Amino acid sequence: MTLSISRPAPAPAEARSPGSRVELRSIVKEFAGGHRGLDGIDLAIEPGEFVALLGPSGCGKTTALRVLAGLEAATSGTVLIDDADVSRLPARKRDIGMVFQSYSLFPHLTALANVEFGLRMRKVDGDERRLRAGNALEMVGLGSFGGRYAHELSGGQQQRVALARALVTEPRVLLLDEPLSALDARVRVQLRDEIRRIQQDFGITTLFVTHDQEEALAVADRVAVMRAGTIEQIGAPEDLYARAATPFVAEFVGLSNRLRATVEGGWAEFCGVRLPLLDPATPDGEAIVFVRPEDIRFAAAGVPVDVVSTSFLGAFRRTAVALEDGTVLSVQHAAGFVPEVDARLHVEFDPAPVTVKPWES
Amino acid sequence: MSRIVADVHPGPGRRTRWIIIGVIGLLFLVPVVAMIEFTLRKGLGGGYDLSRWIAVFSGGLGPEYKPIFTGLGNSLLLAVVTVAVMLVLLVPTMVLVRIQFPKLQRMLEFVCLVPITIPAIVLVVGLAPVYSVIARLFGSGVWTLAFAYGVIVLPYAYRAIQTNLAAVDVVTLSEAARSLGAGWLTILFRVIVPNLRRGLLAASFISVAVVLGEFTIAALLNRVNLQTALVVVNKADPFVAVIFALLALAFAFVLLIAIGRIGGRPHSSHRSKKAPA
Repeated sequence: MTLSISRPAPAPAEARSPGSRVELRSIVKEFAGGHRGLDGIDLAIEPGEFVALLGPSGCGKTTALRVLAGLEAATSGTVLIDDADVSRLPARKRDIGMVFQSYSLFPHLTALANVEFGLRMRKVDGDERRLRAGNALEMVGLGSFGGRYAHELSGGQQQRVALARALVTEPRVLLLDEPLSALDARVRVQLRDEIRRIQQDFGITTLFVTHDQEEALAVADRVAVMRAGTIEQIGAPEDLYARAATPFVAEFVGLSNRLRATVEGGWAEFCGVRLPLLDPATPDGEAIVFVRPEDIRFAAAGVPVDVVSTSFLGAFRRTAVALEDGTVLSVQHAAGFVPEVDARLHVEFDPAPVTVKPWES
Repeated sequence: MSRIVADVHPGPGRRTRWIIIGVIGLLFLVPVVAMIEFTLRKGLGGGYDLSRWIAVFSGGLGPEYKPIFTGLGNSLLLAVVTVAVMLVLLVPTMVLVRIQFPKLQRMLEFVCLVPITIPAIVLVVGLAPVYSVIARLFGSGVWTLAFAYGVIVLPYAYRAIQTNLAAVDVVTLSEAARSLGAGWLTILFRVIVPNLRRGLLAASFISVAVVLGEFTIAALLNRVNLQTALVVVNKADPFVAVIFALLALAFAFVLLIAIGRIGGRPHSSHRSKKAPA
């Protein structure tokens, strides 16, 4: 690992080490009362990869991260870093940097002293410690804020200092536990991009926990969608969005229209439209089909619809239309076209494969 | 916003507040003024002078007043040992419960508050056999009273520390320190204790105040402290006893003001700049 924080500029790509490989094998975490927070998850993160754990509250994503950090002990399973079993290693010996959801700067220390803390624990001598801590603060754009205390910094600045503090020790893995959730929208996007830049610059293996799908899709190399203690699907953001393996993923990641359809021979049929299924092995019968708003477009001919409402969303417009059976669909289209409410229009569907789930009355 | 808050939580008006402060102040002032007046009396002939105060502060008191100084010394020693016992036992326990065993929080609170509900006389009945063991183990030095005092200061010390503990996210801070390579002792002394400074100071001061004012346990266990010494001297010279009682009261008052100031002061900082987001 050559995470050279002693120099604000990252090392050239060829000089960088590829980071550490992280693996969670069959991790089970049972809480008191028998509730399973993690139900045998398997996750491998390649060296230098940025993986996001995405899921609703209570799905186990933070627990998985805490097990990896050593802050929670798994009931069973193995945690490997660079193929070494660290399951029984205490948090302080795992060499992992972590940024927390809540502001975690030590309030009695200045920003510089906070960043120095991990180096102190590693007995780095004074001059080198101050130099490296100062450079880490420079790296997150807070070089002149070293003398400030946490309460003199904004939320975004505090999380930047926390990031510098986590990275200054050149850890093998960086863990980010919803570090942006307490920040306002503008700062979130700014810091999100900054985290990605720093991660790419230094090639550090990173696990990022979030419940915000936009955040996960924007920064991660791969996204693992979690539900009830298990990983539903893991893949590149584009794959996850375009080819949701399960109805849960289709509903949780991005917007999806739900339409009642008939499944037959690997095809879904509704309103006279036939679309291929992502999983051709889906049994025939009644089903719910999930169609993205951007996979539906207005056309001169096709399925007749009535415009219910329309919303301007900056770069595009989203219009709600009702099918003849009353089902309301959301259609995403160019902002320049403004449909009139109650107008009778037609839509057609992209022949992209769709996700379905059996109909449950 | 402040108006909304005021509407939601209507407090007493300015005049009412002054009346309340006046009545309560008067209530406390009457005995204090009476004590001062008593110490200034010249004797049966009438009139007032400062001769007794001058004698106390110029060291002009005879050997018959020695018990007061012995008692004062003992009380100060007891205060120091009690604060040490309280800090060594209570602080790590509270931090440990907070971080590792949060379900024991209520139990700990109950245990810590129990002494306030038990009259000192009842406490002594239970402590007497305990002190026969303590005497065998540690001797019968006056400082051993600090074990009992450690129990009676628990409710006050617990409250002071708990208030501070609730305002600091010690769980996240300790986890952050662990992830940075710190062990538990480092976390306690370099992360948690510095952030509990206000609570610990308040708990220490209030413990000192309680110890300096304690009479029942010391008297019933036949130990000499400031209060028992004052009772002894009071029989020979009530004027000097009252002067020392007033001085002890003033000291406790100063301690309480210090606690108030510590609690009300914002976090230490050289500047107070809040940067924009």
